[in-house]
Amino acid sequence: MSKYLLNKFLYTVDRDPGLVERYRSSPEELVSWWAESVANTVLNCVTGESSSWQRFTDEERQALLAHDHVKLFELGAHPFLTLTLFIAMFERDNTEPLEYQKAYGARMAHFALPYPDIAT
Amino acid sequence: MASIVAVIASTHHPFYYRASTSTGADRPPFADEWVRKITAFRETLSRANPDVLVMVGSDHFHQLWLDNMPQFLVGKAPFYDANWHNEEREFGLPRMLLKGQEDLSAHLLRAGLDAGFDLAFSNELRIDHSVTCPIITLRPEADLPIVPIYTNIFAPPLPQPSRFVALGEAIRRIVEEWPSHLRVAIIGTGHLSLELGGPRQFGPHGPDPEFDRRAVEWIATGDLDNCLREVSLESLHAPGNATHGFMDFMLMMGVAGAGAKADYTDTLDLFHTMEAYFTWYPNGVPA
Repeated sequence: MSKYLLNKFLYTVDRDPGLVERYRSSPEELVSWWAESVANTVLNCVTGESSSWQRFTDEERQALLAHDHVKLFELGAHPFLTLTLFIAMFERDNTEPLEYQKAYGARMAHFALPYPDIAT
Repeated sequence: MASIVAVIASTHHPFYYRASTSTGADRPPFADEWVRKITAFRETLSRANPDVLVMVGSDHFHQLWLDNMPQFLVGKAPFYDANWHNEEREFGLPRMLLKGQEDLSAHLLRAGLDAGFDLAFSNELRIDHSVTCPIITLRPEADLPIVPIYTNIFAPPLPQPSRFVALGEAIRRIVEEWPSHLRVAIIGTGHLSLELGGPRQFGPHGPDPEFDRRAVEWIATGDLDNCLREVSLESLHAPGNATHGFMDFMLMMGVAGAGAKADYTDTLDLFHTMEAYFTWYPNGVPA
């Protein structure tokens, strides 16, 4: 399990408007590309200096492919990162203020304290 | 020596800017009351007539990331660009440029390190809404030089609450020892109970109104004893999964000093969170 890598995905996609759109419309393409091209990039280093060991588990990859924010929460992804990216992708479909945000919370109503650990 | 003319602690609500500037059908029903409260709060800083602002906040995974995460960081730069793409996108926040006060940054770093706080530093820091929200609410002219101080309330493992208080106490001493004639206000923002990305988010009130009531009482009365007794890294999960931001309020209680009653306290019960605003005048209320 790699909470860090899930967070890295959410963080790097969220800050690039083009990647946000690709993840919304073509999650399979975007997640595959990201796992191949970005997962092992050390973000503050020059190209060519990279890691070699970062991999999603099947469960993590499936959660990302399915836009399954409930599963990402269960896996310990940072809730702020997940929420921010998912608002960017789906708030635009709101028919009233905060509709997506409230539904997002309601889908997680079965979680009781303690929530999944987010420490990386 | 420098004088600390105001100590201010508040929540930082990224929706204030849009709520306060929207008009017509877009203007939420709570906007007018919110603007009235912010305008009164702003006056508590204006009347102190500061020259420099020390701004305590927390980066929300904008520049600081899990490959290299500082616990406490002081900005030392002549300028700070501010606000990020996703804050424009989600909150409508404007891009800003703030001046830095590098002499005070250097003094805080040197004296902080010598006092046992292994402070990280940044010479190129783009700051986020934890600092710009209080600029927008308290000093919208954005004309005073700042020293940003970032704390990690976001990416565990976090420092203990007592460490936030101790750092606040140290910042108070260090600023008072700054060899300068300038008037300094120390401003910090955090949260009361807050849930982000969990089942209790975006409710009709903050996720734990009872925690909020007690927290406001601790801050307003400077009750660090009870606050430190009841608050731990573990206990802060219960009021809401983002409530560790309360530790920035605890840092500001350290700046204000144990037992220091706030000279100004106000709150606003909003959907999603309770807003709270506090001002102390260490040298007495300005005329």
